Amino acid sequence: MTIANDALAPDLGQLPMDRRARRIPVWAWLLVAFMLISFARVVTGSNELDSAGTLREAITAFIPIALAGLAGLWSERAGVVNIGLEGMMILGTIGAGYFGTFYGPWQAVIAAMVFGAVGGALHALATVVFGVDHIVSGVAINIMAVGVAAFLADLWFSGLQGGGPTQSPPVEGPASINLTGVSDWAKTVEDKHWFAVSDLASVVGALTHDLSLLTVVSVLLVLATYLILWKTSFGLRLRSCGESPGAAETLGVNVYRYKIYAVLVSGAIAGLAGGFIVLVGAGLYQNGITNGRGYIGLAAMIFGNWRPGGMLLGAALFGYTDALQLRAGGGAVHALLIVIAIVLLVYGIFQLRKGARVAGIVTVVAAVLFALWFFLTKEVPADFTRMTPYVATLFVLAFSAQRLRMPAADGLRYRRGEAG
Amino acid sequence: MRLRGIGKRFPGVVANHDIDIDVRAGTVHAVVGENGAGKSTLMKILYGVQKPDDGTIEVNGAPATMSSPADAIKLGIGMVFQHFMLADNLTVLENVVLGAEKLYGIGDKARAKVEEISRTYGFGLDPDQLVEGLGVGERQRVEILKVLYRGAKVIILDEPTAVLVPQEVDALFANLRELKKEGHTLIFISHKLDEVLAVADDITVVRRGTTVASVRPADVTSRKLAELMVGSELPSPNTEESTVTDEEMLELDHVTLEDASARKLLDDVSLRIRRGEVLGVAGVEGNGQTELTEVVMGMRHPTRGHVELADADITGWSTKKRRESGIGYIPEDRHRHGLLLDSPLWENRILGHQTREPSVKGMWIDRAGARKDSERIVEGYDVRTPSIETTARALSGGNQQKFIVGREMSSDPVLLVASHPTRGVDVGAQAAIWDHIRDARRRGLAVLLISADLDELIGLSDSIKVILRGRFVGDFDPQSVTPEQLGSAMTGADGAGKED
Amino acid sequence: MLKRIVIGAAAPVLAIVIAMVITIVILLMSGNSVSGFMSTIFSAPGPRNVVNIINNSSVLYLSALAAAIGFRMNLFNIGVEGQYRVAVFAAAAFAGQGWLPGPLNVAVAFVVAILSGALWAAIAGVLKVTRGVSEVISTIMLNAIAVSLTAYLLRKWGHVVGNSLQTKAVPKDSWVPGLDVIPGAPNEVLGLTLVAVLAGVAYWVLLNRSRFGFELRATGSSATAAVASGIDVRRMVVTAMIISGGIAALVGLPLLFGDTHSYGTTFQSGLGFAGIAVALLGRNNPVGIAFGSLLFAFLVEQSSLLEINAGISNDIVSITQGVLVLSVVVAYEIVRRYRQAAEQRSVAEQLAPVDTKQEVAA
Repeated sequence: MTIANDALAPDLGQLPMDRRARRIPVWAWLLVAFMLISFARVVTGSNELDSAGTLREAITAFIPIALAGLAGLWSERAGVVNIGLEGMMILGTIGAGYFGTFYGPWQAVIAAMVFGAVGGALHALATVVFGVDHIVSGVAINIMAVGVAAFLADLWFSGLQGGGPTQSPPVEGPASINLTGVSDWAKTVEDKHWFAVSDLASVVGALTHDLSLLTVVSVLLVLATYLILWKTSFGLRLRSCGESPGAAETLGVNVYRYKIYAVLVSGAIAGLAGGFIVLVGAGLYQNGITNGRGYIGLAAMIFGNWRPGGMLLGAALFGYTDALQLRAGGGAVHALLIVIAIVLLVYGIFQLRKGARVAGIVTVVAAVLFALWFFLTKEVPADFTRMTPYVATLFVLAFSAQRLRMPAADGLRYRRGEAG
Repeated sequence: MRLRGIGKRFPGVVANHDIDIDVRAGTVHAVVGENGAGKSTLMKILYGVQKPDDGTIEVNGAPATMSSPADAIKLGIGMVFQHFMLADNLTVLENVVLGAEKLYGIGDKARAKVEEISRTYGFGLDPDQLVEGLGVGERQRVEILKVLYRGAKVIILDEPTAVLVPQEVDALFANLRELKKEGHTLIFISHKLDEVLAVADDITVVRRGTTVASVRPADVTSRKLAELMVGSELPSPNTEESTVTDEEMLELDHVTLEDASARKLLDDVSLRIRRGEVLGVAGVEGNGQTELTEVVMGMRHPTRGHVELADADITGWSTKKRRESGIGYIPEDRHRHGLLLDSPLWENRILGHQTREPSVKGMWIDRAGARKDSERIVEGYDVRTPSIETTARALSGGNQQKFIVGREMSSDPVLLVASHPTRGVDVGAQAAIWDHIRDARRRGLAVLLISADLDELIGLSDSIKVILRGRFVGDFDPQSVTPEQLGSAMTGADGAGKED
Repeated sequence: MLKRIVIGAAAPVLAIVIAMVITIVILLMSGNSVSGFMSTIFSAPGPRNVVNIINNSSVLYLSALAAAIGFRMNLFNIGVEGQYRVAVFAAAAFAGQGWLPGPLNVAVAFVVAILSGALWAAIAGVLKVTRGVSEVISTIMLNAIAVSLTAYLLRKWGHVVGNSLQTKAVPKDSWVPGLDVIPGAPNEVLGLTLVAVLAGVAYWVLLNRSRFGFELRATGSSATAAVASGIDVRRMVVTAMIISGGIAALVGLPLLFGDTHSYGTTFQSGLGFAGIAVALLGRNNPVGIAFGSLLFAFLVEQSSLLEINAGISNDIVSITQGVLVLSVVVAYEIVRRYRQAAEQRSVAEQLAPVDTKQEVAA
């Protein structure tokens, strides 16, 4: 697998558990983010920054990434790196496209998961049974999935009304939750543009109007994953395969079996992510509709330290920036610049106080540059806004390197009988 | 338990053949043999990790076939491995409970059971602590707890004292006697004869993959046992006249190494090695030995302090420059640090010496040169290999190590850093490597020897230092020191090295 | 010796058979004509097709080489796509200005391209070495960023030509003439395909005969052993990424100087991923990659007629390619393991009579 960090630099190692900064809970981070954005909105007058509409868009963008991250988590917790997520998502999109066109929305959901699981099965076959390098197998699956989806799209959708060789006709998504009374009231509070209160109202509005059932299902899946992996013996065994397969084997755990389960589930959830994009996000299938979201999901998983809570935070970050640039364009992203500047400034001060001089200075300088950018321009050009999720991914990964703790045996080839 | 005619073959190697052992219930039965005699494979068969090619196993009078550890566990057999099988990122409870969740669940009932066992045998373990933070002795107790949790009646221990110092060995043996009193049967593999004689009720000797004798400790002396084990003369690491000169070759001057969280991995260490001198460093694994070699080799740079090679300050030098200046390195883990396993032997000749003749001419690889020199090493160091084109992985550990020693000596080094140089190496190769080190010492080589084999240290070194928690805590003269004295210093039992 | 060739060829042959079988199954399941597929794909290509195959395979070859250098170092440079895009844009922008005369313009533009590609790749390398960011993800992100970045720059400085944006056209005296080597072909082999050949030779020499190549392979084989042997692994990682990016930069140049003469929104994309597939297929070996790229280019060229001749979507070929890659990777693993076991057996047999004290356990 790719050169491990411990060979690169012993100093890049991990902080021992007891010395790590006390884990700040997920909801605390969300609160801080909420306050910052609210503040930015009031200061810049850019109401699109967190309008109910934007937030709805953010949810639609956030869920596929979160599901992709969840899929990656299942696989990597069992020790199998799954770069092929993107490919499994693509298989999910075509499955959803077909069954959505010819049957109904929930059949499409099931189909998406099944198609994704097929991709997962291939990956499991190659890596667990044959011992192929995980990343190579993943890349190969991605290549294959693109071809398969394009072929099937042409086969199934050419000549259909509203469709064509590269896209399906519009498909119906699953039902949505609509509490019109509540959302209308929320809209009125939102329009008052009060600090924090109106922002809260936007959140309420976003959650009560046009909230897809699939979104609810996805959130439940995340919760279920946490319970299964950390509170059941199945989960313990699965995690042990990713931490120390040798130990698991000596205790009678069938490591191969758990890895295969994990990768299959991973594929199914990735497929679901693809299905969501087609059924709820775009409303149809199109070649290339996943657009790299699988990889962003993996980044969210890494950012979240291979735990569901942190992963959600990462996915929320990416989903939000994605939605912002899609919906609100240059003006709103421009307002985000001052948020970034503030965050960098605070982090830079924190680093300086810790004694990390060089890193701290770099961060503070970056903060100043962002602030300058904010003050000297009126808006961010469209091409740049489109880059936001990708640049955000890079930044987030670059900054979170130190505190990460991936499953100890992640990515390692495992053969039976190597124990002892 | 009864084993009859057990045999096991691997591609090209016969690990076990015609093994016959009788283990009486409620006794401590020791299986002794030297490194490479086939003991570990035998134990893997007893625990179901490997299936025997021939022979039968009987447990409590009934024939037993085990195709996986789960079968062994069902029969009441538990194994404590030499290399602990623990997941660092999981807690003691999670490690113990893994695979046996049906017994007491994974919640409070399980926790209570773990605490009960820990109390009964005096293990002192906290179920919710991460294994990562535990010391070696504690980890071993977790392994034993795992086995007891599953109701094992027969407990197999593979080289349990390999990583322990004398005081911890006593503690372990006390635990074993306790277990015997409670009716357990213990099978324990070792190559340390004095320990075996102290605690076993029966002894079986294994040599070259088969059982050669079955004795009671009362009937046999240590020397007789050793003869049975080796069949020929024991290697003696005894030193002859001193070859130490006055010329200083390596000096570490108040070196401190801190990690990312300011934890001191090396704390104010100083040492001097002169030409013709072997300095041995003893210590329990994980007390800074690895970091010490890394600082000398340049793979890590000290936070404070200097490293000097024959009067030149090399503290800031890269590994490459140090090697070019004549530092040879025998790494403790030859597979990870000493060889390119999937490359042919002659390419491995180049490794570590890729800026010098004969492997390299300018910026090009001199293949003919490298090949020729590899032949020379194979010849001169008795490396058993069909050819120099053979992949390094295919050679046995002893031959790999001999090749590495030959390679490192080739460039006529002035300083040799030898980290556990005979670990996992068969006795013949071990003796050969010791001879080579002694020869080079006579010619003026300075050697930094780090080892866990106290006999090796005492036999080869001119002086010995003990390292504990990153500090040097004792200086000893090999001629007069005893393993007990070293053991005390290594564990801080004598009060040295305590944190202030 | 013969045995060696047979074993060496076993994996790719096995993979091709599997890929063919699966393709046929898919064709049957989708109700397409297998004979139609076979006859179109396996028909002899006409002279104009041969030229296309040569041109496309040389471009693929360069892309695969770029990926392969990374793979030899255990680095997954998925960013070839973004690297060549940035490089071609830079080269086109520079050459279009025509500050230098004819051939000199081309030469300097080459340098500009290589530097740009190398720089783009270096970002990922530096991130990996300093912050431990996985190069798989960072290069993919950089690909996407490259698309937006070049689009933005085109918008600011490009010219509208037809319904696309282009950089200023390269002056005529900087056009590289084609080679009219295939008789009867209306099109010409791009002059810069020779670059591919040169690159392949340089790759082989560098990796197998030079000291740097040894260090690179050692780092890829065992980074820990490399560190202990004095190799500066971090520098190696960044250097390897830079070289990889530099080679990737070459991918777009034959097209730029021999065909389109400017970079625009319609410039050929997707060459990066195809290159990765070919590198995996060819086992990172310059000869293997040559066969792989010819095979892929052949398949793609022949498939363009599938729609017309047999009514089959030409996407089927991308499935074939994908299956080929996956099965070759599995096949190589099986062969590798077989070889290892065979070697251990033969070593033991050869040593057995002399050395009975085999090391058994560590």
